Amino acid sequence: MDQPMLEMKNISKAFNGITVLDNVNFSVRKGEVHALIGGNGAGKSTLMKILTGVYTADKGDIFIEGKPVSIKSFDDAKRNKISMIFQEFSLIPTLTVAQNIFLTRETKTSLGLLDDKECEKKTEELLKELEVDIKPSDIVQNLGVGYWQMVEIAKALSQEAKILIMDEPTSSLTKKETEVLFSFINKLKTKGYSIIYISHRMDEIFQICDRITILRDGKYITTLTCSETNLDTVIQHIVGMDVNQAFEWQERQYSTEVPPIFEVKNLNAGNKVQDINLKLQPGEIVGIAGLMGSGRTELVRCLFGIDPIDSGEIYVAGKKRSIKSPKDAIESGIALIPEDRRLQGLVLEHSVKDNMILPILSNLKKGLFFIDNKKSNEICNQLVRKLNIKTDNIFKQANLLSGGNQQKIVLAKWLANEPTVLLLDEPTIGVDIGAKTEIVNIIRELANSGKAILVISSELPELLAMSDRVLVMHEGKIKKEMKRKEIKSEEELEYAIQGF
Amino acid sequence: MQSKGSKLEKSSLSMFQNFELRNYIVYFAFVGVLIYFSISLYDEGFLTLGNLLNIVRQTATISLMALAMTFVISTGEIDLSVGSVAALSSLTGALALQAGYGVFGGLIIGVGTGILIGLINGLLVTKVAIPSFLVTLGTMGAVKGAAMWITDTAPVPIVNEKFNFIFGSGDIGPIPVLLLWTAVFTIIAHVLLRKTSFGRQVLATGGNETAARFSGVNTIRIKLLVFLGTGAMAGLAGLLYAGRMHAGRFSFGEGDELSVIAAVILGGTSLFGGVGTIIGTLVGSLMIGTINNGLIIMGLDVSQQMIIKGLIIILAVAFGKKTMKK
Repeated sequence: MDQPMLEMKNISKAFNGITVLDNVNFSVRKGEVHALIGGNGAGKSTLMKILTGVYTADKGDIFIEGKPVSIKSFDDAKRNKISMIFQEFSLIPTLTVAQNIFLTRETKTSLGLLDDKECEKKTEELLKELEVDIKPSDIVQNLGVGYWQMVEIAKALSQEAKILIMDEPTSSLTKKETEVLFSFINKLKTKGYSIIYISHRMDEIFQICDRITILRDGKYITTLTCSETNLDTVIQHIVGMDVNQAFEWQERQYSTEVPPIFEVKNLNAGNKVQDINLKLQPGEIVGIAGLMGSGRTELVRCLFGIDPIDSGEIYVAGKKRSIKSPKDAIESGIALIPEDRRLQGLVLEHSVKDNMILPILSNLKKGLFFIDNKKSNEICNQLVRKLNIKTDNIFKQANLLSGGNQQKIVLAKWLANEPTVLLLDEPTIGVDIGAKTEIVNIIRELANSGKAILVISSELPELLAMSDRVLVMHEGKIKKEMKRKEIKSEEELEYAIQGF
Repeated sequence: MQSKGSKLEKSSLSMFQNFELRNYIVYFAFVGVLIYFSISLYDEGFLTLGNLLNIVRQTATISLMALAMTFVISTGEIDLSVGSVAALSSLTGALALQAGYGVFGGLIIGVGTGILIGLINGLLVTKVAIPSFLVTLGTMGAVKGAAMWITDTAPVPIVNEKFNFIFGSGDIGPIPVLLLWTAVFTIIAHVLLRKTSFGRQVLATGGNETAARFSGVNTIRIKLLVFLGTGAMAGLAGLLYAGRMHAGRFSFGEGDELSVIAAVILGGTSLFGGVGTIIGTLVGSLMIGTINNGLIIMGLDVSQQMIIKGLIIILAVAFGKKTMKK
């Protein structure tokens, strides 16, 4: 085969002594759509950040069309014809398509003034060539998100980009928009552009990509040609032969005789939550698996009263509850540990203590207005000990703690409130392996104390380690229910998630 | 995320219509106000050429500051210090004239004072990363204090006839020089915002700062420049106050920030950045001036005017916000 368009050789990168990329090789041909895949923490995004100049590699070389290049900034990447296609964040919503595409590179008249007509003409030609059906004078925020990506691609191409990086480009698109995007990508391919396609959706990868490179734990595993491989092989490579030893499943005991403590009947909300039925026993841990955008987060948001419910019933401890706001949910005994703890779970500038007592302030009242300081300190110190939170004292600011400890504070926050049902959305995202094990153990203990736990996780080893039952969501519906006992391997679950 | 996408698509049409309405509402409102006062104050002489030119004279200072403020607000920032800057500049300009630096010297010193404060505002916002609301709230107080302190609250009379003619009191034929100042700067500002890469980058910075930076816009430089702009124009407005009143005085420009911001928002510039219109600002400013003038003729005093201006600003922002959200 002729010279590759892009070649990354022996790329290594470590953060604070922890290796995240170890001698990784990656090469993309001209006119190729190349999938880059791997589990969470495999190193895909770090590799792409090195390619776009966000990070610099500790070791290794990058070649564009055979020539060695040094990429230290976003501008360097641009100069080397590499462009990252963000989903929606790199456009100015209030400007037109043409104004966005030519921002800072506008055509000027002889007087030095902007020549919008000329820019629109050029944009029109560009859009025509790419067969995108929008007008150059359309204001970007009036377009559907599907078109935002196309405008971004058009912008990148107008800057002579030859290598496009797309990260989960379909996660916010409808089926129809995805089809339009794919035929657009195919057009780009025939025009000789190279596309690096990052996704977790295997069906899409087999539909659109030519080759697949798999990373695992920061290491290069292999590169496969789509037409010569199958899903089986790919999943095996992603998961690895040595199924993660850190999280071993422990069969747990809970009573199936007593009535369910949490029950959801025929829940519907928008197009992301459709006809959901759930039954959780006290002490049971139910895992929810699914792809990004499958409706998992939307489901727990509804159950916690953040998003409105169209129809359906929720029962806690046998009592029907009307949940219209998080306050209703908390009063019903439901707690949610949200996905993004920094944004939704913690007041980062506040102390460990202030965060912990926030949901239980009304229980801590002394007199009419004052907070019982002694009692709250007692509760907080207890929780810190119980959850093994590493902090000097309970008065330390939350943002000074590590990710794992922050997550434990979020857990503590809700434990103090003694909920009946605990909803967890990606509880171990972005925490180190030690903290992960601890969090998994805490969740088990909580269940042992008789709470019902519904946990979403994209990290399958953990999901398998703690769940008694796993539900697989797909396009807003529960597509499959599996008893943990009956799941033989991570591959089997991965298959179910991919919808095969 | 999917639902967000489809919502965006569905709302596109209605959003577009709202935008149009929002851009034009100020013109209807202005015409409405004119008609209302013309009828109700007909006997008091509201509709005479003399009074209409008077409105332009009284509004010139607000208009100039509002033109510059349009750029600041378009980047998503705000400058509350303009009124105080006008006061200080009227005094520094008057002192320069008193010291014999002549008309040009007065201009340089007066506008220079404004630019200096604009620079301080801009640097604090961009380099020290303090929200502009707080920075300019602080400088509003500090500059006002400086204006009172510099002459121990005493006014500084200006006897230079040439200065007084150019900066406020003069008429060329039937046309007041203040009308010319307004017209010239309106054209400059309009071209700057609509037709230059600077203007485009101002709107881009306000529309989505991160995206603008990723597209190669030096957003720090843009923000610094817009604060220099309000500083300079507030300085010039101070000189126009001085020229019209034949003196520099610490009380000039008091409460102007309210009128200026009201004019810009009424005109259709988005308080959230990214959308700006100079013509709208001018009309907004003339409308504020007309309301002021009408209320005075009606016999309302300053306190009542302030109440009405405050209400107008809240209404304007509430309306703008409603249409943005839809």
